[in-house]
Amino acid sequence: MARTLFDKIWQRHVVTQFEGSEALIYIDRLLLHEGSNHAFRTLAAWNRPVRRPRSAIACADHYVPTVGRERGLAGFEIVANRDEIALMERNAHAHDIVLFSHDDPLQGILHVVAPELGMTLPGTVIVGGDSHTCTHGAFGAVAFGTGSSELAHILATQTLWQATPQRMRIIVDGRLGFGVSAKDLALAIIRTIGNDGGIGYFIEYAGSAVRALSMEQRMTLCNLSIEGGARGGMVAPDDTTFGYLADRPHAPKGADLEKALGFWRTLQTDDGASFDREVRIDGSRVAALASWGTNPSQVVAVDEPIPDPANEGDPVRREAMKAALAYMDLKPGMRLCDVPINCVFIGSCTNARIEDLRAAAEVARRGRAVVPAYVVPGSRSVKRQAESEGLDRIFRDAGFEWRDSGCAFCTGVNGDLVRPGERCASTSNRNYKGRQGPGSRTHLVSPATAAAAALTGHITDARRLGPAAQ
Amino acid sequence: MTEPFTRLTAVAIPLDESNVDTDQVVPSRFSKLPIGPGHERVLFHDRRFGADGSPNEDFVFNRPDYQGAKILLARRNFGIGSSRESAAMAVWSFGLRALIAPSFGEIFFNNCFKRGVLPIKLPEGDVDKLFDYVAARPGAAITIDLPAQTVAAGPDMTYRFDIGAVQKMCLVKGFDEIALTESYGKAIADFEARYDAEFPWLRVQLGASAR
Repeated sequence: MARTLFDKIWQRHVVTQFEGSEALIYIDRLLLHEGSNHAFRTLAAWNRPVRRPRSAIACADHYVPTVGRERGLAGFEIVANRDEIALMERNAHAHDIVLFSHDDPLQGILHVVAPELGMTLPGTVIVGGDSHTCTHGAFGAVAFGTGSSELAHILATQTLWQATPQRMRIIVDGRLGFGVSAKDLALAIIRTIGNDGGIGYFIEYAGSAVRALSMEQRMTLCNLSIEGGARGGMVAPDDTTFGYLADRPHAPKGADLEKALGFWRTLQTDDGASFDREVRIDGSRVAALASWGTNPSQVVAVDEPIPDPANEGDPVRREAMKAALAYMDLKPGMRLCDVPINCVFIGSCTNARIEDLRAAAEVARRGRAVVPAYVVPGSRSVKRQAESEGLDRIFRDAGFEWRDSGCAFCTGVNGDLVRPGERCASTSNRNYKGRQGPGSRTHLVSPATAAAAALTGHITDARRLGPAAQ
Repeated sequence: MTEPFTRLTAVAIPLDESNVDTDQVVPSRFSKLPIGPGHERVLFHDRRFGADGSPNEDFVFNRPDYQGAKILLARRNFGIGSSRESAAMAVWSFGLRALIAPSFGEIFFNNCFKRGVLPIKLPEGDVDKLFDYVAARPGAAITIDLPAQTVAAGPDMTYRFDIGAVQKMCLVKGFDEIALTESYGKAIADFEARYDAEFPWLRVQLGASAR
């Protein structure tokens, strides 16, 4: 029987099924961060050991400051954050879990570090204590986030009870236009299906435009699966995937690699396999997009008028649009390219990998920032790579701040906040009310659009900036 | 370990908003609090309380009709966003035992069961009718029967809902999944032995060779 990519991986991981309902799924990899301290408390309350410590890694990412890191924990201005990291260090140590803490040369955002070290592999089931664990689906893995009780359950048993999701395939035909990124594509998808369109589904992204994406871009695409409501999204592994994995420290080598490749090449949706829902998108029609509202489905092209709630037929969406316009202090018919912004953030598990920084630097070199612009590499490995390519110089010369790695302005819990009422052109993943700080207003954009916004002070389609702009 | 959940008749608070994310349910600055009882104050903190800590009378949670409520009615896409389990904990600590909405953020949905809260997905039309029912009778009670998987309001409205067998059993009996899982200890060990033999490249000691 023809099977989907998702089914092939899921079925291999079913240990048992309970009364024809939830399946007990075997978990290959467990990804932890500071918030996972809650899971260790639960584990202690259960009085259980960690079953397979070396299947997990932990990263300090949410609570680390992006400046002053050379001073170690003493450089943390927020004492409670310092305490959480110290607690994570104790938890990792006590349970023999590999930790990339605030001072580690390999530290970074969990969803940047695990792939770059080759821990994220095709055909695996990966669970993390962070909702953007779906990023890892880019490698042809089933990857999703959970809360702390489920993390504790995995730590203790290496398994998790899960309802089997429905399958959705999103086929992106054609090719993305010049200067259009995976971020723009992901926002276009969420605009099409809605921010709840993926609820109950696991997504497979397919089609020529997806096949043409690099691994970094596939990670951006899969990262935003949850913003469309889906538990996760995935791309079938191919030569792009295998090329990325070659020589990564934890990826298989030699005879193991030959064996792995034989398996990985079977990880494709069979011809004739059926999906519960299928969506088609013309990749060549995707524009540079930016969010105008307070959920990631509320997006427009940079020069497209903001829609009028009066024209929305669905009453729930209409009310959400009205509330979003009020919060964002925008009116229907306005264009985002005419709205001044206050700051720019280039970073997060969505858009802080080396290709993202190259795309932003390519724009930054054409001018000088007129608003504060913060560049936060996704990991220290990305930071070193960018510095070896001279990207840090380009950013600094253009007046951007070049910082140390972490989640930073995406969640603001490390103290990197957007001020009340201010607008941030941000490469992050959520534009919820107050996400970047109380009263902050977030416009989700691609790295190139963010860098262009820094140069002009308005959300700007980078393709409209001439090479000699400014 | 949670209290067993079987039948519940209680006041329902109508929260007439879609896309309520977990950062509204529990603002991120509270997500470091050890997850446990005592989270009642942080539930919808920035909606319930003004900057000076006084109650915001406009917010539906603070209206006299809904004091003592144990059920929350919400619109589409409730509990989206961050995976923080403090959101489910705060719901329980406040005294709410069931949530009814057309759809939920999936991580939050699963977290609720771990904290003794029953999230119920009903078709949007049914949820609309429950909102209408409560709007016409502020402070009216709704009855939830978990063994029968029904929600009832007044004499004329009864809706059936679906729930996973594991989730239902754990709530009805008030126990953690871990006990159920450990009863499959041999199946897990056998699976793992077969799995390790088939996929030897996954048995790496994470971390060791990256240093």
